Amino acid sequence: MARINLLLLALLTVCALGLVTSQHKARKLFGELEREQEQAKQLDVEWGQLQLEQSTWAMHARVEKIARDRLHMRVPEAARTQVVLPEAAGAAR
Amino acid sequence: MNYAASPVLTLRLPLWRSRLLLVLIAGGFLVLAGRAVYLQGLNNDFLQQKGESRYSRLLEISANRGKITDRHGEALAISTPVKSVWAIPEEVQFSSQQRARLAALLELPPREIDTRLNDAASFVYLKRQISPEVAERVSELHVPGLFQNREYRRYYPGGEVMAQVLGFTGADDAGQEGIELAFQSTLAGKSGSRRVIKDRMGQIVEDTQSIREAQNGRDLALALDAKLQNLAFSQLKLAVDANKAKAGAIVVLDARTGEVLALANLPTYNPNNRNRLSGAQLRNRAITDTFEPGSTLKPFTVALAVDLGKVRPDTIIATAAGSFAIGHATIHDAHHFGDMTVAQVIQRSSNVGAAKIALGLPAESMWNMFDQVGFGSAPRLGFPGEAGGRLRPYKTWRPIEQATMAYGHGISVSLLQLARAYTIFAHDGELMPLSLLRLDAPLAGKQVISAATAHKLRDMLELAVQPGGTAPQARVIGYRVAGKTGTAHKEENGGYAKHKYVSSFVGLAPASDPRLVIAVMLDEPSAGQYYGGAVAAPVFSAVMGGALRMLGVPPDAPLKPLELPPEGSEIKEGV
Repeated sequence: MARINLLLLALLTVCALGLVTSQHKARKLFGELEREQEQAKQLDVEWGQLQLEQSTWAMHARVEKIARDRLHMRVPEAARTQVVLPEAAGAAR
Repeated sequence: MNYAASPVLTLRLPLWRSRLLLVLIAGGFLVLAGRAVYLQGLNNDFLQQKGESRYSRLLEISANRGKITDRHGEALAISTPVKSVWAIPEEVQFSSQQRARLAALLELPPREIDTRLNDAASFVYLKRQISPEVAERVSELHVPGLFQNREYRRYYPGGEVMAQVLGFTGADDAGQEGIELAFQSTLAGKSGSRRVIKDRMGQIVEDTQSIREAQNGRDLALALDAKLQNLAFSQLKLAVDANKAKAGAIVVLDARTGEVLALANLPTYNPNNRNRLSGAQLRNRAITDTFEPGSTLKPFTVALAVDLGKVRPDTIIATAAGSFAIGHATIHDAHHFGDMTVAQVIQRSSNVGAAKIALGLPAESMWNMFDQVGFGSAPRLGFPGEAGGRLRPYKTWRPIEQATMAYGHGISVSLLQLARAYTIFAHDGELMPLSLLRLDAPLAGKQVISAATAHKLRDMLELAVQPGGTAPQARVIGYRVAGKTGTAHKEENGGYAKHKYVSSFVGLAPASDPRLVIAVMLDEPSAGQYYGGAVAAPVFSAVMGGALRMLGVPPDAPLKPLELPPEGSEIKEGV
């Protein structure tokens, strides 16, 4: 009887320690998950800011101004434009 | 010494004393036990709450407001987190060095910080919506009593170009104007929450309840085309400046789907910096303001007459000497052409001709026509403050009123309504419902006039932009254009202002298979020119030409330089 009791006590101690370890591991992992999620959120914010930056730089008014003033580009005159219709449309005419 | 003989031991106390003590002590324990049961079992909410408040925290999960993009996915409005700095003045303690540093970071005069801290006792915002980097440096100052919270700020990369269409949001990230207000429920996110256990270090240990997820607002893809919008805005701005106009508006519609591809207004404002805003800047006048359109309404009168079989394009109308008396009133034309065909009435924009055609029509059918193309009722876009315009019931019309309505007086419409009404000419007689959002499939239109009538009208409107018409400046190289000018006196104090005009032009192209409808309006051009053909038509031409090229629409006319009629020989419409 006493032997079985001792065995059970040992078993109980092992289980209890196991529980403590796994709980500790779970918390550590949870902390890690938390940090990763925080980072994901941070990156999301950064993405938004980059999108904003992109659309600000790519604003058509700005692009047009640079093309016109700095690169000296202009819209071709009608007299110098040749329109080529795609094969199918051309054949249909 | 015999202790047993001690007299103390022989002393006998009465039994009731020990009993009494026993009862008292037992009673005390009972009370304690009862209290314990009460606190831990029966009425444990309070203590439980106190206990939880030591370790459990309710965290808010913030939700993003949806993006607004144009039809190609280009971002037009984005929310990004910013910080607000607030203080509990009673707790604030800083050295003068810290104060100067803080003032520099917040871009406030040091004195301003002092007055803000002195004005309030428990809570005051020092500065709202500062960038996260600045916020970081503020928190590095470690000033007690200074706190930060996270807010969202909305940025509009497009700035003034589409300010009135998009509108803006307030400090609490809720829409206050324009699309932001109209689609608030779609764009707004719903913040969630989670209850967690935090340890001594403030780190989250675990979730105690299921998480209520935050719902981010949905993104909104508008029908607007950012490139087209920019083109329309810049051309309108040039024209408003050149003509010293008080205001201007332009609408570009996709003739096939009814989508609003561009919508610009002047004067405008920068939505990213909304100091000193006036009502005139805020108004989306293309949608919310109505005006008497003038001659741009003539095609509807003629379309009805053609549709009812009352006239054909080559029916002769006698416009006599350019004036026509109805009762006490007389209608005038700007030129005297004598007899002209119905097509020429449109081409040369004759008031007398339009009035004579109108008087041959039943008032009821005319009212029906106007009603069916959407005049007198709001276009139901969901945009805040849409104007319906004025269309009085036909039973109250007098003949002179019916005649003036034929050329767009005594009736008022918004520019958007006018542009929409022209879809009946562009879309084979069908009126298209408008949409501010990008459509995957076009909505069903409503047949107002027959396709044959629409084609006839398109031919007449094409004549109006040829030399000999009122708007040769509306032509576009390489494309056949159809359109109509409008010039009207402004209404003021119940009468017409003598030298104040509203000049407009509505047109469509390519005439062989219309893709776009563009309506332009300039309010009080005051640099000498005021006829729609001289003021609004060039804007139409520039925007239409650019837009068709951007959309890759194949030309339907030879690419020949256009010849404008010599100076002084322009055909002016009757005003």
